[in-house]
Amino acid sequence: MALDRRDVENIAHLARLAISEEEIPAYAGSLSNILTLVEQMKAVDTSGVEPMAHPLEMAQRLREDVVTEENQREHLQRHAPAVENGLFLVPKVIE
Amino acid sequence: MHNKTIAELAAGLRAGEFTSEELTRAFLARIEAHDGQLNSFISVTGELALEQAREADRRIAAGEGGPLTGVPIAHKDIFCTDGVRTSCASKMLDPFIAPYDATVVSRFKAAGAVMLGKTNMDEFAMGSSNETSFYGPVKNPWDTAAVPGGSSGGSAAAVAARLAPGATGTDTGGSIRQPASLCGITGLKPTYGRVSRYGMIAFASSLDQAGPMARTAEDCALMLGAMAGFDERDSTCVEREVPDYTAGLNDDLKGLRIGLPKEYFGEGLDPAVAQAVEAAVEEYKRLGAEVVAISLPNTSLAVPTYYVVAPAECSSNLSRMDGVRFGHRCEDPKNLEDLYKRSRGEGFGAEVKRRIMVGTYALSSGYYDAYYLKAQQLRHLISDDFKKAFEQVDVIMGPTAPTPAFNLGEKADDPVAMYLADIYTIAVNLAGLPGMSVPCGFVGSRPVGLQIIGNYFDEARLLNVAHRYQMATDWHLRAPEGF
Repeated sequence: MALDRRDVENIAHLARLAISEEEIPAYAGSLSNILTLVEQMKAVDTSGVEPMAHPLEMAQRLREDVVTEENQREHLQRHAPAVENGLFLVPKVIE
Repeated sequence: MHNKTIAELAAGLRAGEFTSEELTRAFLARIEAHDGQLNSFISVTGELALEQAREADRRIAAGEGGPLTGVPIAHKDIFCTDGVRTSCASKMLDPFIAPYDATVVSRFKAAGAVMLGKTNMDEFAMGSSNETSFYGPVKNPWDTAAVPGGSSGGSAAAVAARLAPGATGTDTGGSIRQPASLCGITGLKPTYGRVSRYGMIAFASSLDQAGPMARTAEDCALMLGAMAGFDERDSTCVEREVPDYTAGLNDDLKGLRIGLPKEYFGEGLDPAVAQAVEAAVEEYKRLGAEVVAISLPNTSLAVPTYYVVAPAECSSNLSRMDGVRFGHRCEDPKNLEDLYKRSRGEGFGAEVKRRIMVGTYALSSGYYDAYYLKAQQLRHLISDDFKKAFEQVDVIMGPTAPTPAFNLGEKADDPVAMYLADIYTIAVNLAGLPGMSVPCGFVGSRPVGLQIIGNYFDEARLLNVAHRYQMATDWHLRAPEGF
């Protein structure tokens, strides 16, 4: 499966990854090789086979809807990149 | 002292032959003296270790010691350790000081084990050679021109070089078993759900599992006993009693049915590795086991299936690394999108970015059915192969890796060649089964591992099967020269 530069740009955008112009061809190449490996899956007929999302086929365990965790905001924010008044700072999002 | 096993060290501590503080100082000195050649540690927590050692000595003196009290171990740098850097060997988490302990870490603390430090690994657990670490590659102590395997390469190298008697690892596609094989040590990946993943930074949530790495099966049994068990903070953890993994270690192997899958002895397997594994199987026959030829027909699809499932899950898990709440943030972000893209572009290495992109593609609109859904169907078929096999046999054996350790740089530029190093280990993660690697020989100076795969929650049997082999052979006692 061959990916071109536009595919790589789209995927990188979806994944929110900045990649440089110079890097695009190398990523296109390695991603294409990986997808070629993965194409081998087509060789097997899987019609009627249930997809397996979990090795033990467990269902999500539920619990009582009560608060069990303490508020540890200060402790957890101690090593954040930019914090003010308990809020995480980011560039303006609303014009 | 550094040549003693965990079991021997624990006995020595209880008998008062030495203190945990003496032992800890001895291992810290060995790390200082030798780790420059290996780069197996990212963080050495000397002061903390000595505090923990002194506390352990108090408990032992008060008669409150347990099987691991006072024993020094190392943790793979993927486990959150309160107050200590937890980097996942990535620039993205280089500034991250974990604000809490992973359950695995707190269980070892409660058992009185002493943490020597955090071991090096492939970045975010993605790799089979420990060459993708932000902090530089780890060297194999058996031959420093060779890789130790990955992603738990630091833990494997540290244990092999006797810089720590035991270390924790994680295994998503083989990352405990393959480095154990390449470094001549013993490693175990438990059944999915046996050990809590709380605080263990996620790579692929339906595949990841933490496990012990040490020089003997007995030591792995001691470590697993501390690690295993239900944790309500991990919703994928199973509510199932933890047996005493040391109780049945010496059980007789007479009548044990060993399955040898024909697909594990075909093309791509180094003949010298095949020979060492076949010799190990002969040893098992002498111990009373019978060998059954079996087939796992969908084996060749395991690697392609994994390289859809694991990247898809990692693309989702790594989306939390956004430069907002923790970790690396780029300078002067122009807007939110720029903050995300540049923080992530700068913070992640090439292999991590490759896998995130493969995963993103496989999950994207228009491709989900052809890739992710298809892979989940193949996963079902692969698991069914094992279920059928376990109707006829008790354990399955084969080589852990197709070759002994390869040279540093040899496969680093060819991702697909690197992926094929996990050809025998990956299906075990897809099925969620437990698996071990035990040393069974050498090719030149480079170790060879025997993989033993068990049925769900059959870790006690795996450990027994490995232990009996280690009582009859001495591969696991060999040590690399110069350490």
